[in-house]
Formats: sequence, C-alpha cells, structure tokens
Amino acid sequence: MADVFQALSDPTRRTILDELLARDEQTLFELCTRLTMTHGLSSSRQAVSQHLDILETAGLIRTERRGRYKLHTIDTRPLAQIDERWPQKEPA
Amino acid sequence: MRINVMSIFVSDQRAALEFYTAVLGFVPVADVPLGEFSWLTIASSEDPDGMQILLEPNNHPAVEPFRSAIVADGIPWASFAVDDVQAEYDRLSERGVVFTQAPTDFGPVTTAVFDDTVGNLIQLTAMNAAPA
Repeated sequence: MADVFQALSDPTRRTILDELLARDEQTLFELCTRLTMTHGLSSSRQAVSQHLDILETAGLIRTERRGRYKLHTIDTRPLAQIDERWPQKEPA
Repeated sequence: MRINVMSIFVSDQRAALEFYTAVLGFVPVADVPLGEFSWLTIASSEDPDGMQILLEPNNHPAVEPFRSAIVADGIPWASFAVDDVQAEYDRLSERGVVFTQAPTDFGPVTTAVFDDTVGNLIQLTAMNAAPA
C-alpha cells in the first residue's frame, strides 16, 4: 500500500479529499469541475486521474464501476494510523 | 458561418428519438430513411429552425471504445442550457433519468450531468444571476 503520508503531501490531493468529503461517488469529470470552479486549480484531467490513482493506492479513496461510470468515494479509515502513532497528548 | 448540425452517437436511433423528444422536449426535424438507418435530426422546441442535432448511429467500430472511456470518466458529450437546473433535475429524475452529477452550484454557473439512455452523458447548465 502506498504511503498515506506521501498521498497527503500534495495540496491538490488534499483538496480532492475535501471535495470527496462534500459528496460521495463523484466521477473524474465532476472532481475536475470542482477543482477548477471552486478552487481555481487548473490541473489537467490526466493529472487529476494520476492523483486519484495515488489516493486509491494509499487506500484513501475507493472506486466503484456503476454501470458505465467510474465513481470515487473517500475512505478515511487509513487516517486512523496517524492518531494511533501520534495520539493527542496534553502538554506537560 | 453558422452551426448547422452536430452529431450525437446513439446506440439506437428510435430509442434516442423517443428520449430526446418525449423526455427532454426537443422537436423532430428530419427523418430520412437511409437503408438500415435514417438521417434523423432534432432541434430545440425554443428554436425549431435553429441548430440541429443528428442522432447518429454508433455502428462505426471506433465509436464504442472511445465513448466508453469518455463516459467512464463522467465526461459529457454536449451541454444544454436550461433556466433552472434543479427544476429539470426534479422533472427528469421523476421520469427515471439517471444523473451522474446532481445539480451543483459553481458560482457563476449551476450544472448537472445525466445519462441519455443511448450511450452518452449530457450536461445541463444554467447561468446564475450575479449577486446584487
């Protein structure tokens, strides 16, 4: 599994996760529209597609083929390892 | 120079004519038999003498590989202007039309994307009034 930390290191990929939190089951086209229209990001569809591959390999998104469309949904479970590794600690 | 006809590849011309007229509300313009298929065009009921869409058979072998890849990524083939995307979404959903993107407000524009049942995704678009 690709490193969650590496997947989160890119601001465009973090924005993709933000947008997927707002709505499950988005197509590549919808995500690209949201990045362009809402965030002024001008990544090509191909670049966004590559970002999605990295996020999927890291387990942060799931893809599902429904009928003829490929839909993307966020999966936040891998983020639990961050809290497990560095749990919140009250300052001494 | 003006736009005369643009094509939409369809998996079934008669099913396409039914969907684009009875469900979406376009009007038939030409229906000329050409062997197995027809020269089959429609136009907007708001501009029946205006630009036509040719409902073109998808029988060329290059069409489906190309179109499947486009549709899988959710990319619409055409964009139709409406006054109210949400109202059209409600009306079309009631008639069983499947949307891959529900109405979404992107600031200057609201869009939605639906499946035309004959192989394509189509975007609906309405310009939003600028805030006063």
